[in-house]
Amino acid sequence: MTGMTVIVKTITRWTAALIFLYGAYLVLYGHLSVGGGFAGGIILACSYVIMILAYGGKETIHALPKAVAARLDSIGALAFLILASLGMFGGFFFSNWIRDIWPGQQFRVFSAGIIPLANIAIALKVCVSLFLIFFILASLRMTRKGDKIEFRSEEVD
Amino acid sequence: MVTQLLTFLLIFMIIAALKALMTPRLLSAAISLGAVGLGVSFVFLLLRAPDAAIPHIVVEILVLLLLIRAAIRREVKTVSGQRDIFGAAVAAVLLLLLLALIVPVFSEDLSFGAQPVWAVTNPQVELASAHYLSRGLSETGSANIVTAVLLAYRGYDTLGEATVLFAAILGALVLLRPRARKPLEEK
Repeated sequence: MTGMTVIVKTITRWTAALIFLYGAYLVLYGHLSVGGGFAGGIILACSYVIMILAYGGKETIHALPKAVAARLDSIGALAFLILASLGMFGGFFFSNWIRDIWPGQQFRVFSAGIIPLANIAIALKVCVSLFLIFFILASLRMTRKGDKIEFRSEEVD
Repeated sequence: MVTQLLTFLLIFMIIAALKALMTPRLLSAAISLGAVGLGVSFVFLLLRAPDAAIPHIVVEILVLLLLIRAAIRREVKTVSGQRDIFGAAVAAVLLLLLLALIVPVFSEDLSFGAQPVWAVTNPQVELASAHYLSRGLSETGSANIVTAVLLAYRGYDTLGEATVLFAAILGALVLLRPRARKPLEEK
């Protein structure tokens, strides 16, 4: 996975940040307007995918190492599960216990209890998962030897 | 107007799907699949569902990039072997039958919060969607009803979706890692 030309790299450096910002906006305002954890998370992942395409895998894996990504993935999943389990204090699984204590103001960012927090957890999970899947599959090489097609992964850890 | 546009998009998607099935070149098959996805996200937009359209088009772009980047190499460009003409013909007939069944639905009332005809004619039926629309904000505090349904009313589904993603990434990490944990000679 080698990088592309300097024009692509320069434009990617500008647009990747804007794409990341838009994804973060969709996640944080997911309970107020269009968006949510899943949509925002995929767009966050896209900002890393565009970096893989322009700079190559080795440069991108410095920005988000594989071990850190795998841990963030588990943290996102666990955070969502723990948020749901803490709803047991409010009476049942997935009950909105924060909103019972502190309801907040409708149509404001700090409202709706666990919903923005769950959005952030899902976005973390989806972003890192799709980044890892793209990274692993993009470093896969397919070669044809005679009638057989062989798969081999590049040495990037 | 919307009805004709939706019908046109459906026909476009069917043609693109058949093209993806029939073409021997892998690159044009991937691009045709991307065209199908673009059509689906336009349909979502026309049916006033931007919450569904945004993830769909982004996933579609991601999958297209993945197919072109990972699956298509200089060495493997075309699909070899005989194409199943009978299977493609059956697929075409089934898709056209589906089109004939779906198009009448588009002529119904497609405005926001509109109820299906069978629910309007039976007033004693209480729809879940009517409950969400009228009481979603006061019950969950979320102004976006889609998020309210995803994370409050149908939280279990979102948990299942997160679990599926987790299983997918686990499988990809284990099956496609660069080195095997143990060398093959030890077996």
